[in-house]
Amino acid sequence: MQIKQENIRNFSIIAHIDHGKSTLADRLIENTGMLTTREMQEQVLDSMDLERERGITIKLKSIRLIYKAADGEDYILNLIDTPGHVDFNYEVSRSLAACEGAILVVDATQGVEAQTLANVYLALDQDLEIVPVINKIDLPSARPNEVKKEVEDIIGIDCQDAPLISAKEGLNIDQVLESIVKNVPRPTGDKNAPLKALIFDSYYDSYKGVTCFIRVKEGTIKPGMNIKMMATGKTFEVIEVGINTSRHISTKQLEAGEVGYVTASIKNVTETRVGDTITDVDNPAKEPLPGYKKVLPMVYCGIYPAEGEDFNTVRDALEKLQVNDASLVFEPETSVALGFGFRCGFLGLLHMEIIQERLEREFDLNIITTAPSVIYKIKKNDGEILEIQNPSNLPPTTEVEYMEEPIVNASIMTPTDYVGAIMELCQNKRGAFLNMEYLEETRVVLHYELPLNEVIYDFFDALKSKTRGYASLDYELKGYKRSELLKLDILINGELVDAFSLIVHEEKAYERGRTIAERLVDVIPRHQFAVPIQASVGGKIIARETIRALRKDVLAKCYGGDISRKKKLLEKQKEGKKRMRSIGAVDVPQEAFLSVLKYDEKK
Amino acid sequence: MSNLNKEISMYKDILSDFTLSTIFIGGGTPSSIDTVYIEKTLENVYRTFDIRKLNEVTIEINPGTLNRQKIKSYKDSGINRISLGLQSLNDNILKTIGRIHSSKDFFDSFHMLREEGFHNINVDLMFGLPGQDLPTLENTLIKVIDLDVDHISLYGLIIENGTLIKNWYDRGLLDLPNEDLERLMYHKSLGLLKENNYEHYEVSNFSKAGKECKHNLTYWKVEPYLGVGLNSHSNLFNKRFWNHSKLASYNKLIESHILPVEGEEIIDKNMEIAEYCIMGLRLKSGINKNEYLFRFNEKIDNRYRKIIDKHVHNNLIKENYNSITLTNKGLDLSNLVEVDFMP
Repeated sequence: MQIKQENIRNFSIIAHIDHGKSTLADRLIENTGMLTTREMQEQVLDSMDLERERGITIKLKSIRLIYKAADGEDYILNLIDTPGHVDFNYEVSRSLAACEGAILVVDATQGVEAQTLANVYLALDQDLEIVPVINKIDLPSARPNEVKKEVEDIIGIDCQDAPLISAKEGLNIDQVLESIVKNVPRPTGDKNAPLKALIFDSYYDSYKGVTCFIRVKEGTIKPGMNIKMMATGKTFEVIEVGINTSRHISTKQLEAGEVGYVTASIKNVTETRVGDTITDVDNPAKEPLPGYKKVLPMVYCGIYPAEGEDFNTVRDALEKLQVNDASLVFEPETSVALGFGFRCGFLGLLHMEIIQERLEREFDLNIITTAPSVIYKIKKNDGEILEIQNPSNLPPTTEVEYMEEPIVNASIMTPTDYVGAIMELCQNKRGAFLNMEYLEETRVVLHYELPLNEVIYDFFDALKSKTRGYASLDYELKGYKRSELLKLDILINGELVDAFSLIVHEEKAYERGRTIAERLVDVIPRHQFAVPIQASVGGKIIARETIRALRKDVLAKCYGGDISRKKKLLEKQKEGKKRMRSIGAVDVPQEAFLSVLKYDEKK
Repeated sequence: MSNLNKEISMYKDILSDFTLSTIFIGGGTPSSIDTVYIEKTLENVYRTFDIRKLNEVTIEINPGTLNRQKIKSYKDSGINRISLGLQSLNDNILKTIGRIHSSKDFFDSFHMLREEGFHNINVDLMFGLPGQDLPTLENTLIKVIDLDVDHISLYGLIIENGTLIKNWYDRGLLDLPNEDLERLMYHKSLGLLKENNYEHYEVSNFSKAGKECKHNLTYWKVEPYLGVGLNSHSNLFNKRFWNHSKLASYNKLIESHILPVEGEEIIDKNMEIAEYCIMGLRLKSGINKNEYLFRFNEKIDNRYRKIIDKHVHNNLIKENYNSITLTNKGLDLSNLVEVDFMP
């Protein structure tokens, strides 16, 4: 099929969580006949199990749809999927940058929600044309006209002709397709100009190496061409280019305006950074595309093999994940309590949880994760400046002149009802209030400066709990700030367990120490002997709890039928033991390491 | 013929190579049904299996359900051991835990049984019961010991999910002894029973010399047994299998001449060894190292040396020249040891 640039439409779908983004994507794919319903697994774009289970999109991908419009012309619609979480905001911005328009899906029963707005702003940042769609009109509580007005009032885009649809029932999907053709601008760009192609995603498979998903902005890319990654400076020879339908289909070339993939014997995704510009070695572009940023980890934690798990297996698994995830970093480290393991860096807490879950599910590993930490800067008395992510590496206080901690600019979008509660929370988390913006009468954005180490502690959970899930949080690193920080140590049965050590603000040390000790009493099972749990700062005990000795763990009756039952019980106990680490004579369950961070509803 | 008897007959050919040495009629309250059913069932068993080595036939009896006619019938049917479900001699406690019998029923039953010539009588007792304190328990024990009963089973109360007791417990209606008192009750009882020449031969079982329950020893030595009736369990041909627990399914299968088995677990060598050790630890005689070697053709050290050392160090087990046994502390915490013996 001959591709005319004016018949291409590149777009994303943006929505608040649960407003029906993935379902709409499915319907668009189905209605353009790319896949039959039977072929289609539900929500084809979210291909990882984890994504489907959590209903969030982590890895972005694209798919090319062919649509015969009412005007009789065939159009190529490139749907580019975006991840849906603040941790991946940069990746979202890059995939939006590959588009000219975005479909905004709004739930006809719920109206505009916090994430709707956040996503609209991201799209507007990339100068995208917003195409509103009102979804879920099949529900009895749908109020499409009110919601239309809400979108017009709050976001300020015309909703007169917004399609009223039900993605679930497949209602009025054609109107969405027509609206894309009519309202999303055609791409521009000269196919004869020097090559500029934006990488918006990449993944690794052992057969082809790295496959990059690209949007050609200028020029043409074809096999045999020598290309250069403008940010990393790496050069490769193009092996194959093509488009994504239900599978990869190789093509002769990709021209300005097109979306597709390229392979070039690339061994590692770190060489194909998202946001980088691909150009032609022989006819290079003068400037890369704007907006490239090397994404740096913000949150670190230790990952260790659980009892009976092998260090090398964990390393192999991390390596395999890393070829697909350039933002995951790790290096070996040693803990006195946990032995050999890895210090890993993540974009944020969700990214961290995803990696942990993938290690457990996809690689079937039993791992122990230590409390997350951020990077602290330490100025020593001798003038040396250290950056540490592992609290155990903190030099003795006598050698430290001062310490600095990372500060983020946080934007919390919330209905006005919760402003008081959020302010109290931020205050409690050492936040500095910057300002409050009214988005509408009942909705505001609170701007705060917050120490990142408070954000990763239990801020998300607290925010969710205090606002019944209505508030959303976005943050970006602002810089470093001098702060009075201390290392808080935890002793179990008299032994310092380095994996529990945390760096905390001096005002928080006592409270945090006590909370952790109390939590550990709840999570660590009772042993044959009493186990003291202590929190200490600089060798001084600031809190103490005791896990009482186990007095009785015996089955009184054990006859014929009891044996199977007893074995089941023992098997369960044994399974539980696998997820523990022995620290001295004490078995500490995996959850203990993270439970110390969990938000306590009572407080 | 009853479906139970049909089930028994179905095993005739399957078990033709086995000899029967003990029978145990229990589960529910077998003493409450008409003795004719017991007679017929036992007759059927005697006809069906090789009983030349049969030497112990036990029936479980609820003291509130017994009379002299029943006792005579049991005797005539070849029953030679009685297990009386007493639990406590404190009538308030008996009422709280929903027993239909009184302490008087127990004494009456016991004397009748002795008069009719039963010389192997077990009494089931419990500790850790709601409203029970140490003197109450000791009082029951002393009175039972004074009767010179042949065998005593003494169980700590376990609150199981889905029971009425659990419901009361959750609602805070039960005045249960705390953990420390519960353990004190157990260890005090061990002392008292020992002083009175009851050998503590299994975690919860005590007997006069030679009066151990041979039937239950089969379970603890992981030897083959057949269970018949609703929800009964068997251990035969390297399998543990169990019958349907719903009467309708049970009846339907029997009437279609199919064994009413609901499920099975294959016991491979690893599991058999684990079971042997786990059950062996329940016995005072412990795991017998030579017997282990003879039965499994390997030394116990091959699999379990580290675990044995660990728990000897923890003072939960004792290692003797030819055996491994739980210590007093191990009796309280045996699950901690046993879990490590699982494959």
